[in-house]
Amino acid sequence: MNRLRAPHLLALVFGIAFLYLPILVLVLYSFNASRLVTVWGGFSTRWYAALLQNQALLDAAWLSLKVALVSASLATILGLLSALALGRFGRFAGRTLFAGMIAAPLVMPEVITGLALLLLFVGLDAERGFWTVTIAHVTLTACFATIVIQARLVMLDRSLEEAAQDLGATPLRVFFAITLPMIAPAILAGWLLAFTLSLDDLVLASFTSGPGSTTLPMRIYSSVRLGVTPEINAASTLLIALVATVVVLASLLIKRDALART
Amino acid sequence: MARKSLGNIRRSFAPWADPAAIPQVRFESVTKRFGDITAVSDLTLSLYPGEFHALLGPSGCGKTTLMRMLAGFETPDSGRILLDGQDLAGIPPHLRPTNMMFQSYALFPHMSVFDNIAFGLRQQGLAREAVAARVAEMLTLVKLEGFAGRRPDQLSGGQKQRVALARALARRPKVLLLDEPLGALDKKLREETQYELMDLQAELGLTFLMVTHDQDEAMAMADRISVMERGRIAQVGAPEEIYEMPANRYVAEFVGDINIFEGMVISVEGEIIRIDSAAGLLVLDDPAPGLATGEKASLALRPEKIDILTAEPEGPGNKAAGEIWDIGYLGDFTMVQVKLDGEAGQLVKVALPNRSRKTETPIAWDDRVWLSWDVEAGILLRG
Repeated sequence: MNRLRAPHLLALVFGIAFLYLPILVLVLYSFNASRLVTVWGGFSTRWYAALLQNQALLDAAWLSLKVALVSASLATILGLLSALALGRFGRFAGRTLFAGMIAAPLVMPEVITGLALLLLFVGLDAERGFWTVTIAHVTLTACFATIVIQARLVMLDRSLEEAAQDLGATPLRVFFAITLPMIAPAILAGWLLAFTLSLDDLVLASFTSGPGSTTLPMRIYSSVRLGVTPEINAASTLLIALVATVVVLASLLIKRDALART
Repeated sequence: MARKSLGNIRRSFAPWADPAAIPQVRFESVTKRFGDITAVSDLTLSLYPGEFHALLGPSGCGKTTLMRMLAGFETPDSGRILLDGQDLAGIPPHLRPTNMMFQSYALFPHMSVFDNIAFGLRQQGLAREAVAARVAEMLTLVKLEGFAGRRPDQLSGGQKQRVALARALARRPKVLLLDEPLGALDKKLREETQYELMDLQAELGLTFLMVTHDQDEAMAMADRISVMERGRIAQVGAPEEIYEMPANRYVAEFVGDINIFEGMVISVEGEIIRIDSAAGLLVLDDPAPGLATGEKASLALRPEKIDILTAEPEGPGNKAAGEIWDIGYLGDFTMVQVKLDGEAGQLVKVALPNRSRKTETPIAWDDRVWLSWDVEAGILLRG
């Protein structure tokens, strides 16, 4: 490996500090004994203990977790189906349009998506709550799942599926015996990505949630407007830890899968 | 005059020469297009039971498409494919009585060797014991006993090839399709495997259809070769027919090394044809193409059929003078290029077999030499 030269090292340190210093400060202050956010009063885990007493925050966390689990699962199923349509059905009519529509949520401003969904739910007279937030999250995260799964599907040697069919397996058997096991790591990675995206989404949830269905990011955001408390720092730290773990897991999965194929 | 046979081989298996023989596979006027490209064009070909047939041609000549149509992975745009008299149209790949060995082997990486070979048997709904017995039989056949528990990534290239072969044979296909079966093996292993595959084919009595771009492979293994050119069959015949009697210049140049002398027919007396060419007046004893005096023709001559002499030869054969241009010592023979005298100065390839370890008359660059070849050595091609 190349040794880092001084200017490079400086740039690297600056870049990482720019990205992660605020988060580091937040994490540090979650262990602050003092109630005052700007004054360091010694190390303490009292705010984590206090967190367990805050029923509103716990409810929000539980709701976020449920939304993330359900929406990630739905998004992964949709993502798998659209990846298969794009990767295995040849050049069907409207394929380009379909591919474009799949990728659109990547670049669509979330505010617009959120507003559009809100109008839709109001128009349908749907009661806003768990399901509306979940559906909103699926619209955002399905495209990420599609892209991750499709990337793996494109790399998959077609002759494996042809060989299975040649050996007498029906197309459905080929899918379950060959295709699915081969792309399983990508499906899991897509699910994890959808899970984290849902877990930390604020904008879509703000538009599509109703009374009594406040997600964790919404709870944190509204608390902060009344002043930052060390308790929120603690909650945020836990959220960061969870998201970071899942993201690292997902990238390890993708990397290991890529290594196994070389 | 007694008819001589082509090459130095005598074959007893030649059902294609028997008008009463019934073909097992028949491609009838098969055409396949991909967009603007015609991959296979109005092609008709019969394969006979027990035949080892090779489709030979450069990449893009349609050989793989033809084979994939028999397997069911491509559908002909027009024409029919018959197997044992049954039209295969509309039958999906998983219901066809053919099995294919893929170029990449396509072993299922998440399954053991046992499960790979058992895969096709399980699709047939065979009982557990029957599957195990058949897999064991197949492993013995390809000499891989004891490898049942391995994963494909724990196998060498040669072992993978054997597993792929065992897997394709396990279902007892009527026709085995081989897509570049030896392409991924190194030279030494390729020759070994080549003879094993031939023995196996003879032992099982199965019809093999092989796709290859390697003429040595096709020549050594196949009973008959179809040389393909841009979606059509340029010539079909036994290896010695393809080599000694190429139907046209494309086949002559694709299979083996060859020298081409372009010229004009100046006389035809029975089977003796005289041609005026850049190499001088050439004589040829060839019953073939029915050319008339004054027509353009080419004489094609294989390098191993030419002798190099230091003095002008006597007698009725062909001869041409020139000087040694280049020498390549290849061990089993030496490939010499001789530049003929005259304006054109055509280069002629001559293959000198190294029959003895030592020679009294070695050749050197720029030596003046005479080339000499028999009246039966050359082939006359139109144009």
